Amino acid sequence: MNPTGWLLALLQTLLFVAAAPLFGAWIKRVKCWLQNRRPPSLLQPYRDLRRLFSKQVVLAEHASVIFRLTPYLVFGAIIMAATVTPFITLDTPTTAIADAIVLTGFFALARFFLALAGMDIGTAFGGMGASREMTVSALAEPAMLMMVFTVSMVASSTNLATVITSIEHQMVMTRPSLWFAALGFLLVIVAETGRIPVDNPSTHLELTMIHEAMILEYSGRHLAMLEWAAQLKLLVYAVLAINIFNPWGIAHSDGLAPLAIATALMAGKLMLFGTLLAAAETVLAKIRLFQVPVFLMLAFTLALGGMLCFIILEAG
Amino acid sequence: MTLQIAIGAVLGYLISGGLALLLSRHPRWQRTLAFALLSAGGILSIAGGGLGLIGTTQTQTAALGLPWLPWHLRLDALSAFFSLLLGLVTLPAALYGFGYCREYDQDAQRRTPLYIFTGLFVGGMQLLLLADDAFSFMIAWETMSLASYFLVAFHHQRADARRAAFLYLLMAQAGGLAILLAFGVLATFGHGYDFTAMRLAALPPGWAALAFALAFIGFGTKAGLVPLHIWLPEAHPVAPSHISALLSGVIVKMALYGFIRVTFDLIGNVQWQWGVAVLLAGAVTALYGVLYALVQSDFKRLLAYSTIENIGIIFLALGLSIIYLGSGHPLLGALAFVASLYHALNHACFKGLLFLGAGAVLHNTHETNLERLGGLMTRMPWTGFLVLIGCLSISSLPPFNGFASEWLTFQSALQAGALESGVLRASIPMAAAVLALTAALSAMTFVKAFGVGFLGLPRSPHARHAREVNGSMRLGQGLLALLCLLLGVFPTLVVTHIAAVSRLLLQADLPSATAHGWLWLTPLAADKASYSAPLVFTGMLIAVAVWVAVYLLLRPRRQQEPVPRVPAWDCGFGGLTPRTQYSASAFSMPIQRIFRSLWYLEETTRESKPTFGIGQPAYPRYDVRVHDWIQVRLYEPIGQWVLAAAKRIGALQTGHLRHYLLYSLLTLVLLLWLLQ
Repeated sequence: MNPTGWLLALLQTLLFVAAAPLFGAWIKRVKCWLQNRRPPSLLQPYRDLRRLFSKQVVLAEHASVIFRLTPYLVFGAIIMAATVTPFITLDTPTTAIADAIVLTGFFALARFFLALAGMDIGTAFGGMGASREMTVSALAEPAMLMMVFTVSMVASSTNLATVITSIEHQMVMTRPSLWFAALGFLLVIVAETGRIPVDNPSTHLELTMIHEAMILEYSGRHLAMLEWAAQLKLLVYAVLAINIFNPWGIAHSDGLAPLAIATALMAGKLMLFGTLLAAAETVLAKIRLFQVPVFLMLAFTLALGGMLCFIILEAG
Repeated sequence: MTLQIAIGAVLGYLISGGLALLLSRHPRWQRTLAFALLSAGGILSIAGGGLGLIGTTQTQTAALGLPWLPWHLRLDALSAFFSLLLGLVTLPAALYGFGYCREYDQDAQRRTPLYIFTGLFVGGMQLLLLADDAFSFMIAWETMSLASYFLVAFHHQRADARRAAFLYLLMAQAGGLAILLAFGVLATFGHGYDFTAMRLAALPPGWAALAFALAFIGFGTKAGLVPLHIWLPEAHPVAPSHISALLSGVIVKMALYGFIRVTFDLIGNVQWQWGVAVLLAGAVTALYGVLYALVQSDFKRLLAYSTIENIGIIFLALGLSIIYLGSGHPLLGALAFVASLYHALNHACFKGLLFLGAGAVLHNTHETNLERLGGLMTRMPWTGFLVLIGCLSISSLPPFNGFASEWLTFQSALQAGALESGVLRASIPMAAAVLALTAALSAMTFVKAFGVGFLGLPRSPHARHAREVNGSMRLGQGLLALLCLLLGVFPTLVVTHIAAVSRLLLQADLPSATAHGWLWLTPLAADKASYSAPLVFTGMLIAVAVWVAVYLLLRPRRQQEPVPRVPAWDCGFGGLTPRTQYSASAFSMPIQRIFRSLWYLEETTRESKPTFGIGQPAYPRYDVRVHDWIQVRLYEPIGQWVLAAAKRIGALQTGHLRHYLLYSLLTLVLLLWLLQ
């Protein structure tokens, strides 16, 4: 129990929370460039959040206490997920609190309350969003777990810090299992964070909304927290993908130099990841809801392929 | 001493039933004493179980039963664990029943049998746990089965309850027969009906496999493994709700107890091939159960199907355990075994809680159909809050108990790499993927149950006028909810104590699980996987504290007027009604469409023409009935075949005396010929 470690964990979490809107803004900026539009400032999400936080909350008539508690619970659960995710350093005591499976548990907790809040106001939109969100996540779960399985078989651990250390010392090029798992995980990320082609975060078109339909009735600080939580969730997933499959440069000690290098490297990797995501969102169109199972089945098959590769080619 | 406490629990339960018979003219006294004794029995079960789990095995012979076969009683770690489980559900159920059964005070004809059979039923279960010979085991087993038959048939004026009870009895007897045969095999090789002799018997592999298969079928029927499950979703919901809690929470665990007792203790020497069968049955049951739970719109029926799902998860873990043990990995076997028992305990708590919650809703709204509920969170805040805890636990969300045991199950599945066989190494992760899908669908099921039942607008006048239930019913639910939280937040302590069972049966311990103190659950090694539920819970408390601090800090600056409430967005059509909400069947529609062929769906769409005016919308009406695929495709053909065969044989029964005399003569001649 070293105080430096806990302090570092706290700082890392704060950095996580603070950087989340910026990552969203970066994706938006790249998308604007690709679509020949003028991007808003990188600070725009922060301004939006400030605006929402200073606005008054308006509640729907029949909303119960669940509706009012959900933004806090969701934000809290996602921060929890951010706390246990190694971001720029592995040298924090918090990573041992939860492994990869507990991490998906935190996301599931947030999703559970979000879906309940959607059903709480008694409109058709809320229920529709909740139903679709739960469907998509239920189908994404096996793929997610298969990815965790593959990676943890390679590293023979589910602890994120151990997994990352182990993969750092391996030749990923000679591990087709990891390539498959990474591809599967990318598809899962798209589904879980509600990006195109599964869901469109910027749409309010009635029949295609998933995530937005659930939070339609939120306003003021409640909405701000939910927006922020969604951005943070995207960042956590991006960091997970980067650190599991491309961890080189992550700090192992709490020295200033390794931390600075790790931060710079992470920023670069995140920019690259955001660019990829934006490019994918630009060239792809949103698919129908009933095509999503096919999409997720592909993710599952890729992850399963990764695991079979490991068992057949690499194990022993 | 510990054994005497457990025997005291049996007596407490039986006396509770006996007193009810004596006091049938004094409804208030009858109810008070019956439930007081039931609670006392529950406390004794908990005490006996708790002490037995940390103490040593105790045996005793009671001068009951056949002259040459007195009853052997024994309390070891395994029976102590299940005794604890029994007590932990019985006590809250009894406290709850005291308030719940008040409405039966006026109904002498029904309440007395209810109390008598409740006592017999719970007493039978406790006796079952103590039985140490096949004879007393079967007596306790049948007492439990028959008493619960009368409880299932409690609403016997309703046709569906009678039908459910009959089906239950039929399946229970078929299962009982298989169990009896399994004991027969064991007794033949052990030369005795007491378990001590059976333990020592050396069975040839073929006979061992046969005994295992019979026990698996027999106990699997009682546990509700697919395809032997069809009675369960019929029988569990129709009983009074505190009995439903005992049926779903405990009686299926008794089947699990019997299975573990016979397989791990009496047969011993398990083979990995058996594990594959159990794993497969478990995975199929889990997925089948959750898919059917998802499409139910009756709350109690949904819970019954979810019991099938959880039994599947428990057996899946047990299958993993057998596979690991059979291939020479006792440590991993112990891990999966502990995960399985842990989930059994957790399921008893959250399913008990949810059935009590469903009972509270039924008690005050006379509805269990989700499509006619809604908005109960504001009307029954306590029940709503406690049921929410149950839903969170059963959806395996951290930091509640369902998550801890599923996490352990995943961890033990992840160790498949240690196995020699490549097929097993590839198929165990597939089973784990099924488990992941099951968990996610279960979360969806309970979002639906809670979202439709407790949130939104009330869909019927009953729901609109619902009130909070009385204190006794809240206390019963509250106890179980507290257990759900405690079992989830302190997994290390739970695992340490369950490991006593695995020490006894598998001679394998989990030394590493608690190697890093009570704060850290590390099933195999700290760098392999760790989970600190207390710290997760602390993190959540810190989050709450921060929110409260921010709230108090900002409050003086904010206007003091309450948060404004406005109508929700209605797309400009004007006026949201309860009918415009998403319904329970609409909620599960996407999944229903994706896995369409797994249900036997009967869909009807009708469109009534607008009665007046052009441009008025037509009112389409969509109706969906879900039938159990296995019942329709497997059991009904068998039933029809049996009926047809009976009709053919019935031709013998002409009603003429001379024909019957002829049959007698022919039989006599045949027998004489055979004897020659």
